[in-house]
Order: sequence, then C-alpha cells, then structure tokens
Amino acid sequence: MEYLFRAENISKAYTGHKALTNVSIHVPASGIFGLLGPNGAGKTTLIRIINQIIAPDEGFLFYGNEKLKPEHVHRIGYLPEERGLYKKMKVGEQAMYLAQLKGVPAHKSKKLLKEWFEKFDLIPWWNKKVEELSKGMAQKVQFIITVLHKPDLLIFDEPFSGFDPINVNLLKQEILKLRDEGATIIFSTHNMGSVEELCDHIALINKSEKILDGNVRDIKKEFSTNIYQLELGDLKQPIEQLLDRRFELIRSVAHNGLMTARVKIAAGTNSNELLQKVMPLANVISFMELTPSMNDIFIKTVTGKYPQESSEYEISESANDYLAE
Amino acid sequence: MTILGPILLAALMIGPALIAIMSDSDYEVAIVDDTNMFYDAFSDTRNVKYTHLQTDIDSAMELMRGDKFDAVLHIPEVAFQAPSSLRLFSLKSVNFNAKSHMESVLKNEYESLKLTIAGIDPEVLMAVETRININAVRMDKDGLEKTDYPEVSMGLGFVSGLLIYMFIFLFGSQVLRGVLEEKTSRIVEIIVSSVKPFQLMMGKVIGIGLVGLTQFLIWVVLTFAIVGGVRATFPNLFQFTPTEQVHITATQSLNAEDLQRQMETVQMQNTTAGQILEGLQAINFPVMILSFLFYFIGGYLLYAALFAAIGSAVDNEADTQQFMLPVTVPLLFSIVMMQMIIQNPSGPVAFWLSIIPLTSPVIMMIRIPFGVPFMDLAISAVLLILGFIFTTWLAAKIYRTGILMYGKKIDYAELWKWIRYR
Repeated sequence: MEYLFRAENISKAYTGHKALTNVSIHVPASGIFGLLGPNGAGKTTLIRIINQIIAPDEGFLFYGNEKLKPEHVHRIGYLPEERGLYKKMKVGEQAMYLAQLKGVPAHKSKKLLKEWFEKFDLIPWWNKKVEELSKGMAQKVQFIITVLHKPDLLIFDEPFSGFDPINVNLLKQEILKLRDEGATIIFSTHNMGSVEELCDHIALINKSEKILDGNVRDIKKEFSTNIYQLELGDLKQPIEQLLDRRFELIRSVAHNGLMTARVKIAAGTNSNELLQKVMPLANVISFMELTPSMNDIFIKTVTGKYPQESSEYEISESANDYLAE
Repeated sequence: MTILGPILLAALMIGPALIAIMSDSDYEVAIVDDTNMFYDAFSDTRNVKYTHLQTDIDSAMELMRGDKFDAVLHIPEVAFQAPSSLRLFSLKSVNFNAKSHMESVLKNEYESLKLTIAGIDPEVLMAVETRININAVRMDKDGLEKTDYPEVSMGLGFVSGLLIYMFIFLFGSQVLRGVLEEKTSRIVEIIVSSVKPFQLMMGKVIGIGLVGLTQFLIWVVLTFAIVGGVRATFPNLFQFTPTEQVHITATQSLNAEDLQRQMETVQMQNTTAGQILEGLQAINFPVMILSFLFYFIGGYLLYAALFAAIGSAVDNEADTQQFMLPVTVPLLFSIVMMQMIIQNPSGPVAFWLSIIPLTSPVIMMIRIPFGVPFMDLAISAVLLILGFIFTTWLAAKIYRTGILMYGKKIDYAELWKWIRYR
C-alpha cells in the first residue's frame, strides 16, 4: 500500500511521564485516518510531532518517501484542538495573513478565500473584527484557513468540538469532499460516532502506546462476536428445537407474533448455514450480524472489557439498540 | 501614543517656561519699617513688589484687608536688637519665595550693619569674597585638552540612561502582552504549524523592537519640531528660561542663601547656554550616538527575550507578577544606582555594573558622556551580545514549551524542566 505519511517508532517523554512510547503509524494516501484514544493518551503530542511543532526524542518521520523536512509544513494543513484567532484583527486580513504563512501568494489567497467565504456565507464578515464573530463562524474561518492552501495532508484535532449539529454536518460534508478530491486526512477524536462514519483506517493510542491499528472493516471483523439477529414470523416450532450445537441461542423475544432471536455461531461455521436451518420452518423477515461499534471496540481495547458487561451476553448497549430498532 | 507622546514631552519642556510667565502675577508686599533703616534695601524682584509705607502698622494692616497688598512686613523698633520680632502678616498663606527673598535681604543688611559696627568696611569684605569655579580639563591620549563640564555629561548620561530604561520597559512589556495574547487567544498553535516557535518569538521581539525604534524616532523629531516651533513663535517665552533653570536647581538645595545668591547672579548665568554648548562639544558624539543605539537595541533584545519567555509561560496577565520581579529588579537597580554612578563614573561599582549585561545598557550610557576606556566599552559590548544570545536561547526553550501549555500552575522548577527538554 502507498503511504503518504509514516511515523516510525516515535517516543517522547516529558519529565515525569511518557507521552509516546515507540508509536508507529502508517497513513495511507487518500483516505481518512482516525487517530483515537482517551484524553491524555498522547494523540495531541503525536500530532504536534507530525506538524514539527515539537521534536520526538526518538523515531523518524517520513512524508511520502522523503524524511519529513521543515518545507513540508506548506503541504500540511492543521486544525488544532486549542484554536483561536487574533481577536482585534479583521477576518479577511487575518485569513490572508495566515494563508501567506503557508506559502500562498497574496493575490491568490484572496481569490481562494473569497470562494470559501462565499461557500460558508461569511462574505459580509470579511471586514469585521474576529471578536464580532460567533464561535461557530470563527470555527468556520479556522477550517477555511486550514484547507485553503490545498494541502495533501490534513490534520484535524477534535474538529467538531464546539460546533453545533448543523455545522458539524457541513464540516463532515466538506471533509468527505476533500477526501474525494484526493486529500489524506488524519482525524483525531474520541467521538466514536464520527469515526464509524468517516474513517477508513484507525490507530488507537492508550497510555502513550499504540494498542490497535488497521483498516476499519478488518478491525470490525476481528472484533466480530459472531452473533446474528434474526426476525422470524410464522414460526412452526420453538426456535430451540431448530438449532444444533453449532448454534447457541442467546436470547429470544416474542412480540406481536414475531420472534426476535440472537444466535451465536460457533467458529468455522458459515452464517448461511444458520439461515438454511431456519428458512424451512419460518418466514425470515430480517437477518443481520451484530457487529460491535467502534465505541465498543475502543472501550474493550482500552479497558479490557465491553461496556456495561452483562453475564448473559457479551454485547453492548449499542448492539441492543439494533434490537430496539 | 505616537502623536500624544511628543506633545506631552514638548509640553514638559515648554511648560515650565509658560508657568514661570503665568506665575508672574506680582506678590505685593508693604513694608512698615519703624527703624527706618531698611527701606532702601528692598528692591522689586520679578515676582515680588515692595511698597514702602510711612504709616503705622495698624493702617498698613487695614490696607492689606482692603486687598491693596498681599502681605505686610513689619520691622519694629527693636528689630535690630531682636531679629525675632520681625513679622510678616498676610491673609492668605505666605508666598514662600517672597519670604525667602525678604529673609536673605534682611540677612545681608544685618550682616553689613554688624560689620560696620564692628569696624569692618563692607567694601573690603566684598573684595575678599572670591568665586571659585575650577575648570576641569580632560586630556585625551593625543594630549589634546578639552574643557570638561561634568554637569553636561551628567545630564546627557541621565537622559540617555533613562530613555533606555523606558524603552526596555515599555516595549519589553509589549512583547510580553503580545506573546500572552497569542497564547490566550489560542492562535499560537495555528501559527507554529507554519513557522517554528523560535521564528515566531524572534519575529515578535524584532517586530516590536522596530516599532519601538520608529516610534522613538518620531518622538524625537516631533518633540524637537514642536519645541522649535513654539520657540520660533514665542521667542520671549524662552528669554527667562535660564533664570528659571537657576531657580529650579537652587530650590532643589532649598537653601535660601544660595537661592538669593543665584538669583542675584542671573546675569552671570546667562552664559550657561554658552557653557552647555561648549560642554556638548566636549562630548564624543559619534561614540555617544553609536553606543546609545547599541545599548538601546542590545538591552531591548536581552530583556525582550525574557519578557517573551514570561508571556509564554503564564496563562494570564495576573500570573506574570512572580516572574516579572527577577527581570525588573536589575533594571530598577540600574536606575537606583544612577546617582551613585554619576558621582563616580569611573569607580569600581560603575565599572562592574557597566560590564554585567543586565545592568550595562543603562549604566554604560551614564558613563559614556564622561568618557569610557575603549577596553571597558569592548568588554561590555561583547558581554551584552553574549548576554542577549544567552537570554534568547533560554527564552526559546521556555517559549516553545510554554506556548502550548495551558491550565498548569508554573513555578521555577517547572521552567527549569522546560529548559532541559530536548
């Protein structure tokens, strides 16, 4: 696979504690890479190292096939978690200044900015001072500044914090659009909902160490519980009698003439075999695998167990949500 | 500030002259001399007018109540034998200058009367009195002589030392506020993803330094323009200035005798301007100006780096205090030591303080008008350069960690850790 960015064996220690221990991440070109982890795990430290704001104690960084160099900052766009603007400066002026710091010439930056301002309905604010903007508008300006110089690598640290749902949606659309246009995006968050929606790859960092990484689909498969949920009508005999020892009934609920059942399939058994077994005796309305959400995987990996652990079945609340629906 | 500054400075220079003219409203004193011995002794001064009344004291008091006079000086019959019987009556508080003047006049009169009684001719005494003013001559290496005017060197040293102090403080704290603003507004991380923290810090320091220099030059030019303009428009405003200067320096000593003498020798002092001019010629101006610029910039860079470090380490203006103290103490110390350095500009204290980078910008500027050996100047300059390289290095270490650190209580141990980070 072609990697746009690689960090190899990065370590960083502050007196008293380790921020990163031997962390490697490989960010594939064109896609969204989720950098996950609880607060204080070392995500922001890693991101700052990638942005060359701080230097690692050990390890190497590569941009494409080159070693990471200071000039590469012009090809990276960074939206930090702690972000703000000069309050007394005019919005347009400031955006142009920051664009020029990223190497965009003045006349060009003005044109590009006008386009983005148009898109985000910010044109009337061009000559206003930043302190007159609402928080959401200021965040939009920051987003524009991050992406304006068309960087190959975009790094968003908790991009949705402080946005209202409408703007979160707007931002998501823009991020997806940037990905479709070929940008590579590193996306740091502890909001698992957005990970599921956006990320192609993830790396999970906990207590300064990387504990999980890979393609989101592969990880989900790896964490699959082999539990399937069936919705059956016109059941001709009790469901227990249908199943042999390859299938373990975890739970069944009858409601309004419908039977909802969860069945765990023994390893090495194809899910189709369960379907074949059930089909002659009942009307199958729905059949789906109950996969753990990224949230469950995250919590399982970090704490060693699924959230809200139940003795009956090791599936999470969010898996229960499937049932409720 | 840019416009207001020079106006204020010019006002500071013109103000005293204006005030001197305005306070010209005469202080009218009626003299009732029952002894008839002292009438001739009192002659009007610029602010005090004397009227000799041949009436008794009661009618004089009546006149004063009728607002004819501000005060009545009563010299009773027994005055010569008992000087403590002299009285100065007034309705309002007594004008201090007028009182001093009267006292010194009477003192002179008393003395000469007593001398006459003792059989000494006042003329002889006058002839005996000698005015001593040693002309200090400074030799330079080529054996050329220059008349030295320590007063001029003193003034020049004082002014340039103070200017450097002001500049460092004014623009150093501007650096601090700038860094703090970038930190608290959270823009700093956006910027350091484009430029290195060191570049950002140096940009701030140099940028504000250039703003400061520009502003300073505007001040100098505008101040002189305003003063010059006022001077050309109202030439008579400055006619009395030398007198006022004498007046001011004399009142500082608060010695009525000196005051009197100085007032009387105003005509002699009229040559002061000439003396100052000659004194200025004794100053080595190329050295003076070059070293002023050097210490101005060097001192600023040294301190601005430290101010930037403080700004980066704290979260808000209130927390700056604990770190400000050690930075401002050497500066304040230089100002406190000024007086002592001026007394002995080539002494060991002056030498060491003008060598140590933290105090040298202010102290060396005080010494330079008096003439400083080249070696001293060279050591001081080299140390100042090393000094600001060191503080900049130190500040950069603190800065790059500090700007990204929020919500943590910072103490010196913490700063030391930051300095040791790779």
